[in-house]
Amino acid sequence: MMSTVYGTDQENLLEIRNLSIRYRTRRGELRAVEDATLLVKPGESVAIIGESGSGKTTLISAIVRMLPLNARLATGTMRYRTAADSLVHLDTATEREMRPLRWKEIVMVFQASQSSFNPVSRIYTQFLDTARAHNPAARTSDVMDRSRKLLELVALDGEKVLHSFPHELSGGMKQRTLIALGLLLEPRLIILDEPTTALDLLTQKKILKILRSLRDQYRFGMVFVTHDLGIVSRLADRVVVMYAGSIVEDAPWEEFYQDPKHPYSQGLIRAVPKLTTAIEKLYSIPGTTPDLVEKIQGCPFAPRCPFRMEICTRENPPLLPVALGRSAACHLLKEDSSESTP
Amino acid sequence: MNPLLEVRDLVKRYHNRKTGDVSILRGIDVQLRKGETLCVVGESGCGKTTLGKILAGLIPYSGGTYQYHGREVSNLRGADWKKFRTSVQLIHQNPYESLNPSRMIFDILSAPIKRHRPTLDFDALFRETTDLLTMVGLTPVEDFIDKYPVNLSGGQRQRVSIARVLSLRPELIVVDEATSMIDTSLKISLLDTLKRIQDEFGVAYLYITHDLALGRYFAQEQRLAVMYLGQIIETGPTEAVISAPKHPYTRALISAGDMEERVEYDLIGVEIPSFHEIPRGCPLSPRCPEAMKGICYSVEPELLPTSPDRAVACHLYSGPREKNGVR
Repeated sequence: MMSTVYGTDQENLLEIRNLSIRYRTRRGELRAVEDATLLVKPGESVAIIGESGSGKTTLISAIVRMLPLNARLATGTMRYRTAADSLVHLDTATEREMRPLRWKEIVMVFQASQSSFNPVSRIYTQFLDTARAHNPAARTSDVMDRSRKLLELVALDGEKVLHSFPHELSGGMKQRTLIALGLLLEPRLIILDEPTTALDLLTQKKILKILRSLRDQYRFGMVFVTHDLGIVSRLADRVVVMYAGSIVEDAPWEEFYQDPKHPYSQGLIRAVPKLTTAIEKLYSIPGTTPDLVEKIQGCPFAPRCPFRMEICTRENPPLLPVALGRSAACHLLKEDSSESTP
Repeated sequence: MNPLLEVRDLVKRYHNRKTGDVSILRGIDVQLRKGETLCVVGESGCGKTTLGKILAGLIPYSGGTYQYHGREVSNLRGADWKKFRTSVQLIHQNPYESLNPSRMIFDILSAPIKRHRPTLDFDALFRETTDLLTMVGLTPVEDFIDKYPVNLSGGQRQRVSIARVLSLRPELIVVDEATSMIDTSLKISLLDTLKRIQDEFGVAYLYITHDLALGRYFAQEQRLAVMYLGQIIETGPTEAVISAPKHPYTRALISAGDMEERVEYDLIGVEIPSFHEIPRGCPLSPRCPEAMKGICYSVEPELLPTSPDRAVACHLYSGPREKNGVR
């Protein structure tokens, strides 16, 4: 059925289909990600949004197989197309097969990444180590030149930063240094978890701008998780909404912002305080997210949904196309079959 | 009406043996009446949290005056100090870290009441606690009173922390929004509860945030102050400041916070100067796109009124107005 939503596109950089991830907990199995399908084209920027605990971070950590030890991939496939145009099955790849991919093909920048530098070595050693891990023959001067250039791209004084210790840099500088380090091996997919939290508004804006222009320049794909819609609007082409482990809506950002289809997405948009438009009463979605250990009957959002119908408590709606290039999982929405024929 | 609190030229200095003293607050003026809200916005490290802590009486100030109900706070002793400390409360915005996980909701709420009114018998204590829960909308009360924080959702925990603060019947609540890892929906529900309590009990708020849009929502029809490097650089009615900002820094903040990206306005560079090396003249001058040769680099602008209810600290608006100084 999923193929009717997206068709099979040979050009996808990353194809996650029907992925489910479970955590082993003392209370039983926690369904962190449920039947998620996510496709990323080369050069495309996809934002994953949703409340905390909706499985966003779990989903993106799975791409680089950096899940906690109590997690397992229950169902689904993850395929990644490398620069050499070969398909790698990320879901079944061994650690040995994953290592050359990480940082060379796929870069993952974790949350609070300011602390991902080694505090006792200067920045340049960390650039050199990264380059040598993938190419032992890399010449020091080449790596240094490239590092300096990349640091300048993110508006830093390359020479100064390379010879600094991490503690000598401010949070925003570290974040930008990390972006530069991420680009060192020219990856084709960059995954960011909360790229700019813990940064100031003005610094954040600058970093988003830099990321956007770098993306235009290098055409890498981007998947990032955030709960700040401001970041989405500045960086994303497409937005994926997760709720209780499931993807409930997938749409181009502009259209999504103007007209969110899923009631949960509508709640998210209505909860955003604005600066320019007339002030209105903001909406906070009532209730809380369901316990993912317990079996959920029907639509996971039903208990909080203002439009709940009888069917919602019985059947979980599948993710179906609802308009051109858009899909949503809600019983209220009619399937739009105009584009389902490949 | 007398102001609830009046702060004049407030200074907070920290001693540092290596680098010499550092001033984190450099001459702050704040006035707040009963039932009013003042929203303080600024980037991290601008001193807004320090200001909140001083106003809540958690840390002493090093200079200037802070009068609460007309009395200088640094001179309060004994019973007067205790009265001040109960009258001003601080809410920590992270509901996941501000409640003791090993105590029942009843204990969490009754502890401050017991502390300040030790003669209360159990029945009265129980009644007060249930009243508080009702006030913040945690009903039916029986469902919550014997629960532990772990049993409650984030939103419910926030209500418990509001109830705990209300148990002391404060007149001023300092709401400090630390790094916000909390979902927007949750923040909105907290702010809505706080606003309702203000309408009912006439509490004054000092709302500290870096999110201008949230500040605008919470302090609508109230006042806003923008801080930069330990000073207030612009203040006025929330709507007026946000719809027609004057200070270049405020303009940049609004441009950065606006999702629809209608106005593009950037400062030069990214780095915020350190408190150790505050630029000469206007502290914003090295980053300011409007900086004028001479004056901006040599004379520090004062916070001067531009209209009866607005003030801005910028040479573009002070002294003899140049024809094209104001855009």
